[in-house]
Amino acid sequence: MALAAVALAALTLAAPAADTPDPVADAKAFRNFFVTKFPKVKLEDFVNGPYSMNEGMRRQWEEKEQFPPYEFSLDTGKEMFSRPFKNGKSYADCFPNQGIGVRQNYPYFDTNEGKVITLELALNKCREANGESALSYVRDDMAALTAYMAFTSRGKPFDIKIPDDPRALEAYQNGKRYFYTRRGQLNFSCATCHVQNPGERIRAEILAPALGILNAMPIYRSEWGGMGTISRRFTSCNSQIRGVPLEPQAEEYRDLEYYLSYVSNGLPISGPGSRP
Amino acid sequence: MRTVHTDLPATRRLILRGAGAIALTGLGIMSFGIAPVFAAANDKYPDDAFKQKGAADAIKSLYGRTAEPSDKVKLDAPEIAENGAVVPISVTTTLADVTSIAFLASENPNALAAVYRIPPGTLPNVANRLKMAKTCDVIVIVEAGGKLYSATKEVKVTVGGCGG
Amino acid sequence: MASTIRVRATSSGETTEVQVLIQHPMDSGFVKDAKGETIPPHFIRELTFEYDGKNVFIADWGAAVSKDPYVKFSFKGGKKGDDLKISWIDNKGETDTTTAKIQ
Repeated sequence: MALAAVALAALTLAAPAADTPDPVADAKAFRNFFVTKFPKVKLEDFVNGPYSMNEGMRRQWEEKEQFPPYEFSLDTGKEMFSRPFKNGKSYADCFPNQGIGVRQNYPYFDTNEGKVITLELALNKCREANGESALSYVRDDMAALTAYMAFTSRGKPFDIKIPDDPRALEAYQNGKRYFYTRRGQLNFSCATCHVQNPGERIRAEILAPALGILNAMPIYRSEWGGMGTISRRFTSCNSQIRGVPLEPQAEEYRDLEYYLSYVSNGLPISGPGSRP
Repeated sequence: MRTVHTDLPATRRLILRGAGAIALTGLGIMSFGIAPVFAAANDKYPDDAFKQKGAADAIKSLYGRTAEPSDKVKLDAPEIAENGAVVPISVTTTLADVTSIAFLASENPNALAAVYRIPPGTLPNVANRLKMAKTCDVIVIVEAGGKLYSATKEVKVTVGGCGG
Repeated sequence: MASTIRVRATSSGETTEVQVLIQHPMDSGFVKDAKGETIPPHFIRELTFEYDGKNVFIADWGAAVSKDPYVKFSFKGGKKGDDLKISWIDNKGETDTTTAKIQ
C-alpha cells in the first residue's frame, strides 16, 4: 500500500512534464511530497540528509560535528582560495562578491554560453582563464575549494534562477528527466532511492532525501575516508546502481545539479557536510 | 610512582621514547619478567597489550588482572555504528583516583584500541573515535585506586572499519 | 606546512576542556590497496598534552583509532591565554608538536 502511495506521488510529481514545464509548480510539489512524507522533520533539517531521519545516527553526527572531519579540507580550501595564480590574479577575481557567500547561486544558467555553469565548472573556468591547469572534478583540491566557498555561504538559502530563455527551461527539463530515468543493472533512478526510499536502509546505508541533498556538498564520507565533490557523488551513485558513470561535469550531470538545486530553493546551504 | 613520571617535561619524555622505541620493539613488556601489574602505570607504551588478539589477553597484559563491572562507569556508544571506520565512543565515571582508562573492541584483530593515562587533576572523562571491524562488545576499563572497573556495550557494525 | 594538529582548549574557570583533531592516516595494517597489496601499519602511538611543565593527559594509541583521530578530555585549572603543548609520535618515528593558547 505504501508502495502504491509512493508510485502515485511520483506520478503526481512527474505529471506536469507531459505538457508544459512548470518549475515553480514542480518545486512546490517536490517540497510538499517530502514535508508530507516526513511530518516530523523540520524543513531546514532536510539538508542534513540521513541525520534528519534517524536519531541514533544523528547523535553520532552531532558528536563528529564537535570537531568535524572536514576541518583539514576547509583549511586547505581557504589557503588555496587566497593564494594568487602565477599571473597575480586569484579566484576572488572570477566571482561576484570575491567568491564569498555566493555558493547558493550555483549552478546558474549562462545565457551567453547557453549552458548550466556549476560552481565546480566555474572554478576550473577561472583557473583556465588565468593560465592554470584545470583541477580534477573528483579529487581533494576541488572538494577543498568548494568546501571553503560553501562554508562562507552557510545558512544562505539556495537561490537558483531559471532565466527567461527556452534553453534554460530545457536544461531544467533534461535534469529532471535524468533524475527520474531508471538505469544501471539495478534499474534504479535517482528517485528510486532519494524520493521513494529516504530514511530506509539500502544494504547498510540510510538513504538521504533528495530535498536539500546538494545543500551539504561537498561532503566528508567516512566510507571514502575523505572529501568528495558533487561530481564524485554523482559518479559514485551511478556506479553503486551498477551503471556506467558519465564524465564529471557532463551536460546531463550539470543539468541534474541545476534541477536538484532548483527544487531545493529556499533551503539553507549547510556544506561542507559529513556523512557515513 | 605515577607522579614522578608525569612530572617529567613532555619533551624529554618524547625524546626518551624516540630513542628507546626501536630497542623496545620485539622485546615486549612481558619478557622483562616484571609483574605486568605495572605495565599501565609506568611510562612505557604498552606494546605487548596492543599486540594481543583477544580482550581478556590484552587486559591481562596491560594490568595483570581482571576487571569487575561497575555501574559507576558510564560508557556511551551507538547501538548501530553509522560506519565502523569512525565510531564515537566516550566514557565518564564518578570513581575516585582514576589513573587510566582503556578502550577495547572484542572482535577487532587486536582488541585494545587506546589507553589514556590520567594524572592527578585530570578528569576521568574521555571521548574518542575508534575503528570497529564488525559487531562486537566495546569494553572500557577504568583503573581507579589500584582496582579495575569495567563497562561493556554491544555496538552493531554493518559497514566494517577495516576497509574490505 | 600547516600543523597536523588542530586544538580547541577552552577554560571555564575551574576546568579546561581540550579537543584535538590530528591529520594522520592511522593505517591499521589490515587494509589492502587497490592493487591488493597490504598497506603497512602507520599510526600514532603516543600523544601527550603538557600544561605548566606537566603532562596533563597521555594517550597510548593502537591501530584501531580512527583516521584523523580525535580525542576530548578535561583537566582542572588552566588559565585563558596560557599555553598547552601537544606532541605526537607515530610507529615510524614521525612526530609533530604544536602549542595552543587556552581560550
